[in-house]
Amino acid sequence: MTLLDPTRSAEPAVSEVSTDGVTRRSYSTAWWGMIVLITTEAMVFAILIAAYLFLRASSKQWPPTGTELPEVPLTLAFSLVLWGSSLPIFWAEAAIQKGNQARLRAGLLISFVMGLSFLAYTAKDFLDLHYGWRDSAYGSIFYVIVGLHGIHVVIGLAMNLVVQIKAWQAKFTAHRHTTVEVFSLYWHFVDVVWLFVMPTVFLSPHVH
Amino acid sequence: MAVTEARSLSDDPPAELQAELDEVWEDAPGLIGFFSSVDHKRIGMRYIYTAFAFFFVSGLTALVMRAQLATPNGNVVGPETYNELFTMHGTTMIFLFNTPVLAGFGNYLIPLQLGTRDMAFPRLNAFSYWIFLFSGLFMYSSYFFGRPPDGGWFAYVPLTGKTYTPGINMDFWGLGVIFVGVSTTVGAINFIVTIFKLRCPGMSLNRMPMFVWSMLVFSLMVIFAVPAVTLAAVLVELDRLFGTAFFNPAAGGSTLLYQHLFWFWGHPEVYILFVPATGMVSMIIPVFSRRPLSGYIWVATALVAVGFISFGVWVHHMFATGIPALALAFFSSVSLLITIPSGVQFFAWIATMWKGKVVLTTPMLFSIGFLLIFLLGGITGVMVAVLPFDWQVTDSYFVVAHFHYVLNGAVVFPIFGAIYYWMPKMTGRMLSERLGKISFWVMFIGFNVSFFPMHILGFLGMPRRVWTYGPGLGWDGLNLLSTIGGFAFGLGTGLTLVNFAWSRARGAPAGPDPWKADSLEWAISSPPPDYNFLAIPVVAGRHPLWEQQPLPTLESGDDEATRALGPSGAVARGTPVTSGIDSQPETTLTIPQETYVPLVLAIGLTAFFVGLIIDAALVGILGVGFAVLGVVWWTWRTDMDLA
Repeated sequence: MTLLDPTRSAEPAVSEVSTDGVTRRSYSTAWWGMIVLITTEAMVFAILIAAYLFLRASSKQWPPTGTELPEVPLTLAFSLVLWGSSLPIFWAEAAIQKGNQARLRAGLLISFVMGLSFLAYTAKDFLDLHYGWRDSAYGSIFYVIVGLHGIHVVIGLAMNLVVQIKAWQAKFTAHRHTTVEVFSLYWHFVDVVWLFVMPTVFLSPHVH
Repeated sequence: MAVTEARSLSDDPPAELQAELDEVWEDAPGLIGFFSSVDHKRIGMRYIYTAFAFFFVSGLTALVMRAQLATPNGNVVGPETYNELFTMHGTTMIFLFNTPVLAGFGNYLIPLQLGTRDMAFPRLNAFSYWIFLFSGLFMYSSYFFGRPPDGGWFAYVPLTGKTYTPGINMDFWGLGVIFVGVSTTVGAINFIVTIFKLRCPGMSLNRMPMFVWSMLVFSLMVIFAVPAVTLAAVLVELDRLFGTAFFNPAAGGSTLLYQHLFWFWGHPEVYILFVPATGMVSMIIPVFSRRPLSGYIWVATALVAVGFISFGVWVHHMFATGIPALALAFFSSVSLLITIPSGVQFFAWIATMWKGKVVLTTPMLFSIGFLLIFLLGGITGVMVAVLPFDWQVTDSYFVVAHFHYVLNGAVVFPIFGAIYYWMPKMTGRMLSERLGKISFWVMFIGFNVSFFPMHILGFLGMPRRVWTYGPGLGWDGLNLLSTIGGFAFGLGTGLTLVNFAWSRARGAPAGPDPWKADSLEWAISSPPPDYNFLAIPVVAGRHPLWEQQPLPTLESGDDEATRALGPSGAVARGTPVTSGIDSQPETTLTIPQETYVPLVLAIGLTAFFVGLIIDAALVGILGVGFAVLGVVWWTWRTDMDLA
């Protein structure tokens, strides 16, 4: 059996392993744990989206008469900010794989600011709406889906903070940065799930 | 990888090495160790003990119900109490006994059967146990408020909405279900990663013990199904506590939505419970037939197939709700489809016994008893999958009979078999075979006497969930018979409890391998040492202990992939991480030290739910703060040992 590169001192998130002359990518247990967690979280959103469509299908009028339609242009703009916030994370990951601390910190910070601005917009949008989650099933499901996604953004931002503090303490090296990889998986999930939530909640009510 | 043939894993290591190992692995004595342990074996035992405590409590509630129904116009309990009894009985058995007891066996056995030193996430493992315990106590604390849940274990709206259940009864149910779901989900994540990444070298996927296969399917089903019931309960609680309108038709809500959400979890859940039980049987039958399981690949495939198909059958719980005919036909046929993989397993077990030499030990008796009961429960399952038949018997005692044959008979019997089979490994002492066999026969006869008459009661029109019935309906004799059987069944389970207590005190020493079994847990001493395997074994087939005598073990290499394989890896609290399919060593995982963090986090979450139930925002906020503190602490600790 051909052996691992002995210079690697602790478990990297993703590594090249060669056994019997075949080289494969290998993922840490933490990486796998996050993948499974994301799978079950994705089910939560899938079921909520199904519930949204079910409630719409069983209503005569969607949204109910007198309820304003969701705001599209501004939401779309801030959605682009959120989706875009994955890019600095890719950039930061590539940087730490080469041991570049400065670009890791910058990437994390830029992504954090982008995520935060999306969150601020969501909060403002909630405050501006003229209906609450008690008024109708439409209001209930709207607030719950968007709110739950917002909670995920908050958790992602909190994780970003933890990773950033560690990055500023220079805890990560080119070979030891499982935490960065695992966080980036989660943040990409928060972005990707919005690709499904946003069209359902903000665009579909405009379509009859 | 250097291989050693001469070492026996069940012998004590030399005194000097033993001292080093104890230094690294032993939990602190007393309460400190109790609250901070992350040892999968300790956690697994706790799961099993706690789940059985709930089992006996819930069994007693069943006996009170049977006493009430023994005679017409019975007056043991009133209708309100009866509602509480059947609600808590179902809720406890599903959420607090069946699921966690299987998770307990999984926790204990999976690392041993995989030839590794702990689970992939030992602290998460401790956390999931504390959550299970606290959520159970949370639901049962409702009795102190005098308001146990009373809306049925599946808690249909609108009955369980604020309008018709204004008290906090159903809040204990809703919040409790959300709470316990955290434990189940976290446990499943842990199982999946452990099974894929910690198998010992040589144990490719197609060599895993069938119990591990069944727990893998269990975990995958949990990951996809539990979010549905969690959401069902979340939406009910949002409606109840915050006045949202999900299930309020007047405001555009839909009560049918609740049933879809609940049963999208509820039907897979039946197989979540059943699949590991079959996994246990697939371990026990070959050992006592003295031959390998027939059709290993077929059985493994059948387990996976059951997992998939079970997600396409949930509407068969809703046949009587007025759903379009096309949908009914679809769900009816998919429900019939599931008999195919179940049949494959069934014939594999028969073939194994047919071609082998059957030894009738207590675990084997329970397995054979399971086969007979499952046969009957399976047949009635096919009957209720057929629409016209289902419409006739829906909400009658026929349904009660059917699901007790599958969920009590076909799950509890394998679990009792597993107790007799694996307890000697866990405690180091045998249970009494004689008392075990008596217990089996009392349980088996009691079970059938109790539940078989319910089929007929269903045909005679007795509805489920009634607290009493009038005389002269032709139900009297059968109900009395059922009650007698129920008490006999309870007595039978009690005999096993006595047997267990007797065995702890004076059972014969088990030795490493009392059953001459094939899987890796029997290679080490009973009870196993803290580190499980002094050196990691290397496996060359599906039945290592039958095929490889002596069992070869590995020596540590000097690189990251192989440094944990030998005894020096055990001293360093390491365990090898291997590749997902063919289990080649890739790197080393350091098993974390004992810690209070999981307990702190669990207490924080508990405070959050307590805050919600007593309507105290401050307590809830404090709980969230506590939990956040726990997570941050956890992250910082992780930095030191992992990064």
